[in-house]
Parts: sequence; C-alpha cells; structure tokens
Amino acid sequence: MSVSRRGFLTGLATGAGMLTAHKANAAGVQQFTGYQGRFGLLHDTTLCVGCRSCEKACKEVNGHPPPDRPIDDKTVFDRHRRITPTEFTVVNRYKPAEGRTPPVYRKHQCMHCNEPCCASVCLVHAFEKTPEGPVLYDPDVCLGCRYCVMACPYHALSYEYDSAFDPKVMRCTMCYPRIKEGKNPGCADACPTGAILFGERDKLITVAKERIRKSPDRYIDHVFGEHEFGGTSWLTLAGVPFKSLELHEGVTHESLPSIGTSYLSVVPLVVTIYPGLLMAFYAFSKRKDKLAQQELEEAVRLALEKADEDTKEKLKQAADKSAKDKEKAINAAVKKALQEAERKAAAEKAAAAATDGADPKETKS
Amino acid sequence: MSEAVQTRGKLFTPFNLIAGVILLVGAGILLLRFTQGLQATTNLTHYYPWGIWIGFDVMSGVALAAGGFVTSSAVYLFGMKEYKPIVRPAILTGFLGYFLVVLGLIVDLGKPWHLPYPFLVQAGPTSALFEVSLCVALYLTTLFVETTPAVFEWLGWKRWRKVVGAMTIALTVFGLILSTLHQSTLGAMYAITPTKLHPLWYSPYIPVHFFVSAVAAGLSMVIVEGMFSHKAFHHQVQISNEQFERINLGLGKAGAVALAIYTAIKLLSLSLDDKWHLLGTSWGAWYLVELVGFVLLPCFLFTVGYRESKVLFVRIAAVITVIGIILNRFNVSFIAFNYDLPSEHRYVPHWMEIWVSVALVTFGVVMFRWIANRMPIMYEHPDWKDEH
Repeated sequence: MSVSRRGFLTGLATGAGMLTAHKANAAGVQQFTGYQGRFGLLHDTTLCVGCRSCEKACKEVNGHPPPDRPIDDKTVFDRHRRITPTEFTVVNRYKPAEGRTPPVYRKHQCMHCNEPCCASVCLVHAFEKTPEGPVLYDPDVCLGCRYCVMACPYHALSYEYDSAFDPKVMRCTMCYPRIKEGKNPGCADACPTGAILFGERDKLITVAKERIRKSPDRYIDHVFGEHEFGGTSWLTLAGVPFKSLELHEGVTHESLPSIGTSYLSVVPLVVTIYPGLLMAFYAFSKRKDKLAQQELEEAVRLALEKADEDTKEKLKQAADKSAKDKEKAINAAVKKALQEAERKAAAEKAAAAATDGADPKETKS
Repeated sequence: MSEAVQTRGKLFTPFNLIAGVILLVGAGILLLRFTQGLQATTNLTHYYPWGIWIGFDVMSGVALAAGGFVTSSAVYLFGMKEYKPIVRPAILTGFLGYFLVVLGLIVDLGKPWHLPYPFLVQAGPTSALFEVSLCVALYLTTLFVETTPAVFEWLGWKRWRKVVGAMTIALTVFGLILSTLHQSTLGAMYAITPTKLHPLWYSPYIPVHFFVSAVAAGLSMVIVEGMFSHKAFHHQVQISNEQFERINLGLGKAGAVALAIYTAIKLLSLSLDDKWHLLGTSWGAWYLVELVGFVLLPCFLFTVGYRESKVLFVRIAAVITVIGIILNRFNVSFIAFNYDLPSEHRYVPHWMEIWVSVALVTFGVVMFRWIANRMPIMYEHPDWKDEH
C-alpha cells in the first residue's frame, strides 16, 4: 500500500496549522540529504545463488551460535524465515509466479535507512544514524517498549523476549566496528558470487544503474532503496518485481519519520489555543448563568413589586369596604334608632290617647 | 453506607472470593513474567511486538477512561450542571483507568525500571510515544488531583479541600488539553506503519478517528459504569431514579452524536483515499462488521433510546460501543496489523496475557469499590454541597 502525498497532506489539514508545521520540518530553505560519502551495500539478487555464506559469516562476526542444520542444507528454504536475535540476516527463496523461472533469493537484514523510522519513534532516542551509514542502537537507555520493532517497515528488528532482566532489540549493525577498522561487513566479504557489494552508497547507486543500463533484460529498471521511504543504505537489484520479494514497490519517497512526526506539530497548537478557547467557553457558560440569574432576580423583583401593589389595592379595597360597612352599620344603627324612637313616640302617643279616654275633657281640647 | 459497614466485616463474599482468585493467579503470572521474561507468559513475536497488553490495557484502556475528561469538561467548562452527579464516579473511573494503563505498560515493557528514562535520562521528542507518555504521566497526575476532593472530604481536611476545589477549572482545562493530545496521538502512533496496517484502518485521519471514538467510548463507559455502581451503591445515591435516567438519556444523545461524527470521518477516510473497492474483500467484510455492528448500530440505538426515552436502549448501545472500541483497537494493533503476513505468523494472545488483562480490570473494580465505600463518590458530602 502506498501513501499518496495528497492524501497525506489532506490528512494533515485535520489540524489547521499542520500543513505549515509540516513544512517547518525542512528548516527553511536548507535540506540535509544525508552524510556525504556514507557507506551502503548492494544486493544483486540476480547474482545470488542462495548459498547462505553471508548468514554463516554474520553469525561468526556477531558471535551467534552456529545454525542447527548445515549451512548448505537447502531444506531451510522450505520455510520462510525472518530476522531473530541470533540471526541478523537470513536469505529467503522466492518463486515468482511466472512458470519456470529459477527461484530468486533475497537477503533480509536491517536496511539502515537514511532516515530511520526506528530512530524517530524511539522515546529515549536509543537509535542513531552514524555519518558512516550504519544505524546504531544503545541498549542502556532502551525501555523495551518495542515501538521500533513494530514500526520498521522491513521487519528487520527482533527482540529478546526470553530475557527477563536485560532484553535488547537485536538487529544488523552493518558491522559498524569492522567499518571503523576499515574492513568490509562480514556478509560482503563472505559472498562468493559478488552478489553483495560494499562501498560508498552514492557510488553503489551508479554501479546499480550501470548494470541495469548494460543488461536491461536482466533487471527491473529500479534500484530498490534509492528513494523508498527516504532511501536505505542497502540497495537491491532484481530481475523480478520487487513485490514478489516482499519489498513494497511504489511507496512514497517521503521518509516515515517525516510522516510520523508531522502529527506532533499539532501539539504546540493545542497547548496554546486550547486554554484561551476553553476559558472562553467557560466564560460564556458563566455569563449565561449570570444573565439567567439576573433575569431571575429582575423577575422576582417585578413580581414582588406587583404583589406589593396588589396588596395595597386589596388593602385599600378592604379599607373602603370596611368604611362602607361601617357607614352602612352606622346608617343602619341610626335608622334603627330613629325607628325605635318613632316606635317609642307612637307608643307614647297611644298611651296618652288611652289616658285621654279616661279624661274625655282633656282629649277634646 | 450500611452495606459498606457490613461488608467490611465479611471478607469471604462471592465477589471477594472470585476477585481474590483472579488477582492471586494474576500475581503468579506476573512473577513468572518478571523472572522468566515476556516469552514465558506471552505469544509476542518479532512480527507482533505488541499484543493485548498494548491493544487492550493501553489502547482500549485509555479510550475507555475518556469519560473523566468528557464529563468534567461538560459540567465545569460548558455549564451542563445537571450532569454533576456523575462527574465524581467518572473521574474516579478515569483515574483508576489510567492507573491501570500505567500498570499494564509496566508489565509489558521489557525494562520497566527504565520508565522514567524519557524524562530523566534521554528524551526522544520526535516519537509519538514520547508525547503519549508525557501526556499520560501528566494526565494521571491531573486525575489524581481531581480525585483528591473526595479524599479530603472523607478525611475532613477542609483547607486542602478548599485548595483543590479552587483548582477545578484549571485542572479541567489541563485535562482536556492532555486528553485531546494523547487520545489522538495514540492513533498517530500508527501513522508510521502505512505498509503494515491494513488500508481500511490506516488513514491520514487516524488521530482524529482515535479521538472521536475515545469520546464515544468514554461516554459509553460512564453509562456502563453507572449501570453497575448505581445498583451496587444505591443506598448512597442521592439523586432520584428519574434524574439518573434523564442523565443517561442525555449521555445517550451525546453518544449518538459522537458515533455519527465518527461514522462520517470513517466514510470520509474511505472516500479521500478511494478505498471503497476494498470493502468487497474479506478484510472489507470484517471492516463492515466493525462499522455497521459496533458503530452504526449503537448510534441508532442511542438515538432511539434518547428520542423514545428508553434507558434500556441507551444502555445496550453503550455496552456495544464499549465492545466496539475494544474491537477497533484490537483491529488496529494486531488483527489488521501485518495483514499481509501468512496466517502461521499471526498473533493469538496467550491465556496468561488475557488473564493478566482481566486481573487488571478486576483490580480496578476492587479499588473503585474500596474507595466508593468510604469516600463521597456517589453522593455529595453535606459540608461541600454545590461546590466544585
């Protein structure tokens, strides 16, 4: 699978500032294309006969136990093998699909990338690309998180799962100590057919292209490792599609570290933008609460006022009513008193009339 | 509280017995792991350096512990005060979740005693994992401080309680920053494996996928945790059943929105890199199981649950979402990882790996019970009502 640059950049747009920050990695107008004169190795699979002399030499140089089966035992190829803590390089046999073509052998080992993914993902910076080309590993700082093993696109790293107290990431060192002594890596020296060439990487690329130019029928017109994921120290030539040799063709020329670390450019943005933004949200919600509170208070005040007025009105009405009632009562009382008085007067009159009957003279007058 | 007093006297309850057996066997496995190496207890290979101790304990654990930052932000920053009763249990779940993540990491690391090296000895700031570990370290501390109000109320340390109470807003903002960063960066960790992770799961958007799905996972975990804790601590719960149901329906609504956004960005990723044709492959079928069965289905159930006020639907949706997030993290970290390797090289977890992960979760449940039985987690302390 390949990562299209456009798709990748679109992805970066997920954080608004990611696009610009991605460019920031290139540090202005300068670009570092790698140490001059660094070494590399070329594996020409069309010359490889699968003798596994490189494997033998590798084991000797690194002090690994000899293999269980003799090195010329071809049954080893029946099984696909991979790099392990005691096998820094393995040769696998591939049978490309097309009919009777002879098997192709490919050597696996750490590719010693120009921009190593293992180095970029290591949270203690245990890997370092040396000016000579090899990528070195420092077990003393390693946490054993194995992100490097997981990240390597070439399955070139292994881990000492059987060690409880000092497990290490194990892989090819490109024979760094031997290179420092001016010697060739063990595998390159041991190769009897010249399928492995050691030298300056730039020169090896020229050699590889020259071979393709001279024998265009023999080779696929591509030097694997020149540009893949930013390029590798190990270069591979093949007469069959690289895909059939488990090498991912057509992948981006962008290095995996530049893809991986570009996402980290969002970190300073989040850290700087979030506090202000979130405090704004907080202020909004506070303000909303405050306004709601104010509105509530206002409403209560108005309600109280209204209630107050109502009460006054009621009081007034009550007072009026009581005043009226009083008046009524007084009137009634006066009326009653008057009536009483009238009744009394009438009664007196009647009484007087009765006395007059007894004294007609007086009534007559 | 009465039950707490009773159970403190009784040690051999069925729960304690089962938890005890799980933890004891787990301790035995860890002894084996730390004396014999990872090989003795795991099925990890050079192809699969990360198994379920990363895929479950770390990747799923961090996502499921997102409830803490989601609820505290909603209540303290966005003013959704009606969700306050669930903030404390959610923060406690978050704190314990992250604590377990770190424990799981210690178990998985080859040299766990080098854990502080990135900060003390040599930093690798280009690593997504460096950012994740820095954020997780800071966020675990933040969650710890956010849990202390309950501790100080329990101990009656009023001055300290006031100090941490005054820090609530700052802590919430800090927690949201850290969560945004490391939840998404956990996804960004896979950005460097374009040839290893199956294209249906690999996407330039993978950090956003991880963040949005973590929000859905966190919300769902709060619902699931509430299902159990409100039953187990019903005597402590002060809010009415009706209020609790309303809170659940609200969470379900948020879950529906989160899952809908998640679906949208998943489909967007398929479209941007034109990966639709891959849906016709067997990997595509598996991808659809995840997307339809564990994203769209719970999204639908959340929506129905919210609209029809059916808490049961919301709860079922939450359980499916939790399982779905774990499935997604498993897919990314080992099922769809190295998808083109022959089946003989594939990783299947060792029973001891599974046991340790189960033991870690059990340990978390035991700690939650221990704390909630003593401290004001499920209820508000009478002295500190209506405070942060």
